[in-house]
This record gives sequence, structure tokens and C-alpha cells, in this order.
Amino acid sequence: MSRRKPFLVALAGVALFAAACTSDKPATTANQAAPSAAASSSATASSAAGTGEQSKFFVQADYDAQLAMRAKTAQGPADKPWEQAIDPQMVSTSEYKKSGGGYHLCFSNAAVNNPWRQVGWKSMQAEVALHKEITKFTALDAEGKDDKQISDIAELTGKGCDALIVSPNTTATLTPAVKAACGKLPVIVFDRGVETDCPVTFINPIGGYAFGADGAEFLVEKVPAGGKVLALRILPGVDVLETRWSAAKATFDKSQLQVVGVEFTDGDAAKTKSIVSDYLARHGKLDGVWMDAGATAVAAIEAFEDAGVPVPAVVGEDQQDFLQKWKQNNLTAVAPTYPTYQWRTPVIAALKILKGEEVPKTWKLPQPKITAENLDTYLQPNMPPLHYALCGCESLPGFPETWGGKK
Amino acid sequence: MKRALPIFAVLAALLVAIAVANPFFLEPAGFLAFVKRAAPLVILAAGQYFVIISGEFDLSVGSLVTVEVVVAARLIDGDEAATWPVLALVIVIGLLVGLVNGAVTTLLRVPSFITTLGMMLVLSGAVFLWTGGAPRGALSQAFRVFGRDTLWSTLILLAVGVAAVLIMRANFGRTLVATGDNERAAALSGVRVTRARILAFVISGLAAAVAGILLGGFAGVSAQVGQGLEFSAITAVVLGGVVLGGGRGSVVAAMAGALTLEALFTLLNLYGISGALEFTVQGVIIIAAVAAGAVRLPFSLTPRKGDAHVAS
Repeated sequence: MSRRKPFLVALAGVALFAAACTSDKPATTANQAAPSAAASSSATASSAAGTGEQSKFFVQADYDAQLAMRAKTAQGPADKPWEQAIDPQMVSTSEYKKSGGGYHLCFSNAAVNNPWRQVGWKSMQAEVALHKEITKFTALDAEGKDDKQISDIAELTGKGCDALIVSPNTTATLTPAVKAACGKLPVIVFDRGVETDCPVTFINPIGGYAFGADGAEFLVEKVPAGGKVLALRILPGVDVLETRWSAAKATFDKSQLQVVGVEFTDGDAAKTKSIVSDYLARHGKLDGVWMDAGATAVAAIEAFEDAGVPVPAVVGEDQQDFLQKWKQNNLTAVAPTYPTYQWRTPVIAALKILKGEEVPKTWKLPQPKITAENLDTYLQPNMPPLHYALCGCESLPGFPETWGGKK
Repeated sequence: MKRALPIFAVLAALLVAIAVANPFFLEPAGFLAFVKRAAPLVILAAGQYFVIISGEFDLSVGSLVTVEVVVAARLIDGDEAATWPVLALVIVIGLLVGLVNGAVTTLLRVPSFITTLGMMLVLSGAVFLWTGGAPRGALSQAFRVFGRDTLWSTLILLAVGVAAVLIMRANFGRTLVATGDNERAAALSGVRVTRARILAFVISGLAAAVAGILLGGFAGVSAQVGQGLEFSAITAVVLGGVVLGGGRGSVVAAMAGALTLEALFTLLNLYGISGALEFTVQGVIIIAAVAAGAVRLPFSLTPRKGDAHVAS
């Protein structure tokens, strides 16, 4: 029996710790859990809309530019959005011209560690296979590690590549490596950016602000004033995700909606489902769910289904499992996209550069959103649940099997 | 069992606190939803208990859960007919991983900390290789019903709980406690120490397989599904008053520890405290509980039994 007392003391300590957490929530959250300015819901005494402080990644000019770009018509073939460009400022590439074909293309890939990158990577390989003039294609996978990608880029610049495509793992850390490569061969950067304009062209869709605003504006339109909205984010501190949230925050702040929570899900389906269930229990009902990425949208929807309440207006992404759920249950939903077809563009750009043709300095691809009107166009029941609809891969050889689909 | 009483007091207090914050919790549906969410961790803690009570650790359960879910999704690929064969395969994988962990730890005399840490890396690496870094395929509805349907997961949890108690009441349970308490004394009195430990690892592997089935069912395919679960399970067991190093503690208390941990997380979530704090809470619990065990020593009136393995 002698052991019981100290053990009780320890448990009391644990209980006290828990009590300390619960009685002091704003301070605890602000100090320990969300050091970035984009704080979670509970640290939001300052904001009436419940959206917290604006992210330190927020740049007003970029925000305005992206929102304006959504309304512009892209130049180029309408049926090939991966060849289109919005407001292109063409630059000459004659200095890189290499006649005669027999090109050796090289690619430093940040990672293939999520379904979005897997779909894109397959599309890029298929695009390379389309062009006879590419005789060699060398790709290195950095496995999500900055240090590996730095050495990958250094290795590729010494391998006799004619052009180097880079999909950077992180923006700031990869900048010096890209700068060093720029001095040796034409460099094409896509997806995430770098902090230098030395690459011949930088390719990506409109961007995170447009993505975040597309979803938030939909909720503002569909949810009645005063409605409760839960915002789900993957994690703080990543620019492409911060911009999505900061645009949504700006939209919500101007609206009559009440953002009851901003939570981080780590992109984990189980955690997403638990968070949504807890919010449902706490608030009785939710009128809308905003997400910075749609991979866990189905888990969030299931939380409503399992609780036996109607699914409110939701924001997802162009993944097939979400589109299918949307169609089946006739949801009120929207899917902003960050199209995977952008993986085809760098190959096309590299060939243009090696042939001495002009390319846009900043190659902005269109970034469509899926709505109830065009849902059927993107729903592909023969494709796997995690496939991204905007792959632009339907016309490529090997479709659909290469992307995991059934004929 | 007397030693286990504090954990039940803490659990009761937390449940009351949840009920105050969220009255829906008092309704059967609300409470069962909590049970459903807690079931995988409770089952993992039960499995981990067998390993810990025998004086070892199993750090591989988290990545084993991930492997089970990812493998099941890829093999089923939405095909309902494939459900049962794949369920069987998932169980076999769990048993096999447990067997390898146990055999390497006992026969090759590799400390279980290293064995299972290695297994954790091997499993996560293998799954990365096989999937190319992201999960593919989909689970069938028949597979998901176990984790998604409240009745099913509650029943499975009850079955696992009863089985764990029965095992500990049987001869094997006493053998296991004796092994963890004092390996040499147990061996001298005729316990087949090696066999007991291997079986403990096999049970833990099986528990991870069942937890994987429930977790995959709960939320679908995800490559992060098992992340950090090994530490949650160990925290739960320690919270239940089971002594790290083996030999003392009850399986019911270990499972109550898992419920307590889950209740704590639910409470934090209800009060809107970020999930990042979960790790901090777990860390504090592990340190506090083990410190409680150490502080006890000078006050002991009777010499501790079976300190041989602690001193060595």
C-alpha cells in the first residue's frame, strides 16, 4: 500500500496540468501551440469574426493580383490549359537555342509523397514520352528533404543536362542551389517558387489566394448570415497554405459569417473527423466547412453523416473521392483546384527554350474551380479515389491505367 | 486491482468534466461516439500491456497500424469481395510482425527497444517503397463498417477487453507477470520465459492489426494513420499504473489509462486547445508516472521484489 500515495500525488499533478490547460486557454494556445501569427481559433479575442490575426505571409499586392487574375482569359489553346498563360510577359530564349534535337532533360523533384505529386509526376513522364526530341530524361527525387534536393541539383548540373526543371521543396532554402544552377544551364521552376528571378520561367497556377478565396466566397454565398463556419487547415507556416487561409480570412472578415474555429488537421483523416465531431457536439450544428486542401474533405463529411445530421456547405478539392461523395449525396459544395496539369508545362517550356522560342517570364496557368454546374465533367468513376481530376492527362498515352484507372 | 483505483478516479473526473462541457456526452449516442473513437487506442494499450508487463517495449505498433491500413486499401481497392481475405491477411501480418519482434528480442537477445525501433523503421520504409510515398486504393464499405459503425467497434472493444482479462487470469498471465518481475526467478521455477515473451509480442502485433482495422474504418485511407500511436499506447499503459520494466500492473487499468488519455484529448479539443498540446500532455504524463514509481522507493517498507533486472 505504501506506493499508492506518491502515485496519487503524480496523478493529481497530471490532473492539475490538465486543469491549467483548460482554465487558461487563450494564453496557452497562443504561447505553445500556434506561435505563428496565423493563430488558432481560441487566440482570437482581437477579432470579431473569429479568424485571428492576419498571416505574416500575407502580401496585399499579390492578393489583389491573384483575385483579379481569376476573371482574366488565359491566352493559348482553350482545350489545353497546361499550355495557356495569363497575362504573359514573353522573354527571349535565343541564347539557350540548341538546334538538332537529342535533348537531355533533367528534373529535380521535391518529393512524390502525396497523391497530388504522384498524379503530377506520372503526367510529366507521359509528357516527356510524347516528344521524340527528348532522348534522355534524368529525374532525382529529394524525398521531401531540402538537403537532398540541394545536392540533387548540384549533381544534375554536372550531368550534361540541356535544361533543368526544379520543383522546389521549400522556397528560401532552395534559392541558392537554383541560383548556382542558373549560371550553368537554363532552369525552369514550377509549383513552389524560389526567391530569385534567375530561372528562365516560373510556372504555376494563379495561386493560394485565389484558391482560398474561391472556397470562402462560396460559403459566404451559400451560408446565411450569422451561420457558423469551421475552418480546417493542414499546418501553419507553409506559404502556399498560409496564402489560402489568409485570403479566406479576408473574405470571412468582410462577411456576416461566424468562424467558430480554425483548426489544424495535419492532413490526417482520423483527426479531421474527430475535430469536426467535437465541433458538432459543442455547437449543435455547423453551417459550413472551409478547408485549405481537400484531401480530408471526405472525412469531414463523414463526421456529419455519422452524427446523423445533414452535411452543410463544404469546400473540397478535385480528388475523385470527394467529387463522388458530392455527386452521390447531392452536396452543396465547391472544389477550388491547384491543377496537377501544371506538371506537363515545364517539359513544354523546356523544349520551347531549347528551340529558342519565347516563353512567359512568369507562366501563370488557369486555375479553374469545380462547381455543381461542371461537376459531371470532372467526375471520373473509373479513376481511383485519390486521383486528381485536373490532371490534364486524359489525352496522354497510357491513360487511364498509368494513373491507376480502369478502362 | 487496488493499485488501479486512482486511474479510475481520474477517468471519472475527466468524464464528468467532458459531460459538463458537452451535455450531449451523457446521451448514449454521445458516449458511444467517444467509445468508438477511443477503441483503437484502448486495444493498442491492451496489446502494449502484455509486452510491458513482461519487461519489454513495442515501439513498432504505430507504423504497423499504418502498414495494415495502407496494405488493406491497396489490396481491396474498393472491391467488396476482397474484404474478408484481406481482413485475414491483415491479422496474419500483425501476428507475423509480432512473432519477428519477439523472436529477435528473445532468441537473438536484441533489446526490445532496438528491435521494435528497427521494426518501426523497416515497416515505414517498406510501406514508402511499396506505395511510392502516398497511399493508393480504397477500403470497401464492408471493411470500414468495423471502425465506422458504433455498435461494431464497441463490440470489438468489449471482446478484446474480455479476452485480455481472461488471458491475464489464466496461467499464461501469471507466467508473464513473473517473467517481467524477475526473469531469472521465473525461469528457475519452470517458466518458459522466451515463449512467454514471444507470445506477448504476438499479442501486441494482433492488437495493432485490430486497431488498424478500426482506424482504417473510422476515417479511411491515410499514410499518417498510425503516427505517434506507439507513444500514445505506452503513455496509456503507464498512466494505468503499469510499471515500465514489467512485473506490476493490471490490464484493466492499462485500458482505463487509454480511455483516460482519450478523454483528456477530447476535453482539450472541446475547450478549443490545439492538438499540438497532445504531445506535451503525453510527455508530462510519462515523466510524472515514472517519477512516481521512482519516488516510491525510499518509502518502501518491504524490499521490492524482483529488482534484478532493474539493477542489471
